Amino acid sequence: MEVPDQRLPAATFEDLALPLFDQLYNFAHWLTQDRVEAEDLVQETYVKALRGFASFQAGTNFRAWMFRILRNSFLTTKAGLKATVAYDEEKHEADASASVPTPEGILLEQGDREILQQALEELALPFREILLLCEVEEMSYQEIAETLGIPSGTVMSRLSRARKALRGLLQQKLRGERHGM
Amino acid sequence: MACDAWREKLDAYVDGELAPSEANALSAHMRDCSACAAEALQRVQMKRALATAGKRYEPSAELRARVANSVSTKRRWKLRWQWLIVAVPALMVLVISILVNLSVQREKALGQRVYSELTDLHVAALASATPVDVLSTDRHTVKPWFEGKLPFTFNLPELQGSEFTLLGARVTYLEQTPGAHLIYQLRKHRISVFIFPEQSGQLAKLHSGPVSALSFNLESWTQNGLRYFVVGDVSADDIRALSKLLQNAG
Repeated sequence: MEVPDQRLPAATFEDLALPLFDQLYNFAHWLTQDRVEAEDLVQETYVKALRGFASFQAGTNFRAWMFRILRNSFLTTKAGLKATVAYDEEKHEADASASVPTPEGILLEQGDREILQQALEELALPFREILLLCEVEEMSYQEIAETLGIPSGTVMSRLSRARKALRGLLQQKLRGERHGM
Repeated sequence: MACDAWREKLDAYVDGELAPSEANALSAHMRDCSACAAEALQRVQMKRALATAGKRYEPSAELRARVANSVSTKRRWKLRWQWLIVAVPALMVLVISILVNLSVQREKALGQRVYSELTDLHVAALASATPVDVLSTDRHTVKPWFEGKLPFTFNLPELQGSEFTLLGARVTYLEQTPGAHLIYQLRKHRISVFIFPEQSGQLAKLHSGPVSALSFNLESWTQNGLRYFVVGDVSADDIRALSKLLQNAG
């Protein structure tokens, strides 16, 4: 097999790709919201990536490349198509600005983890995925741009909107819950 | 710069994506502005909370094994074996088609050899001072003449009403097999008819039908276990007409 990067003379696809397995699975499950679909997606990603490894450009980001394959595979599934069609950037922007957090903000407590997960689940796919890449995968804007295939400038603005939308959702939930208690 | 303008940059700031000069300026601003500092802290908190909450799903050991297996070098060997399942029959088809092709060519080569030998016999007989051993236009003379000379018998056609005349006959050999060589005349042309037992080795593999060899036309067929050849420098139609007569005579 061709070695794609001279700085990694001994690196095979296996060496590069397997350490990303847990992250890719987590991301896949967040996208699909279903274990079986996530498993299929991860497997498909590895098969496609292995097949396309020869064409992987040396010097580009391997992790972003893998995440991109996974995401593109997801977008061609039924669920992925649905998520894309359902997404309306304008509308979500309106949602986000309509629920600007109050000045006192949100104080997350230990037990709020589940609420945060619920909110993330409910978030539109473009917001959910960009938050996961930024916060969970700790990707740079450049990596996120490579993964999503969008300009870096768009990464920044979409992240801001995603955070606003998440804060709005969280506030609703926390308020509702604390009132209920 | 107003706080609103700084708030715009807070996301990039907490993500560590702000240019160093801007980041320093924002840090300086937050030392004086508790509201912006509180906002920044809140965003950092949110980032941390998301980093934890986002690590939610763990893959099963079974999937891990399956994926690891699918990308391991060993697995790729297996894949190559799977390729063999496709490649081996393909190779066999190729080999078979080459063999068939070879045998077709060998058959063609055999045909060429037999035909050129027959035209040689035909020309040699015509050039000979004694082209025939039995000189007779009568088939009832010619046919019995072969008795005891050849291990097979055949019928010769009635030529009355046709343009063909029987000139005579001789015994000849093809591939070490004795056969009958009859010479017919059509106008000024002479035509050879060869009759050999079909069982004699290679002859059985020859195709029937008309052939054009050098300047001669040739027709060949099998009948009653005998292989007939009609060779001459007349037209293919004339060759076919004589062939028809012989075939009808059986």
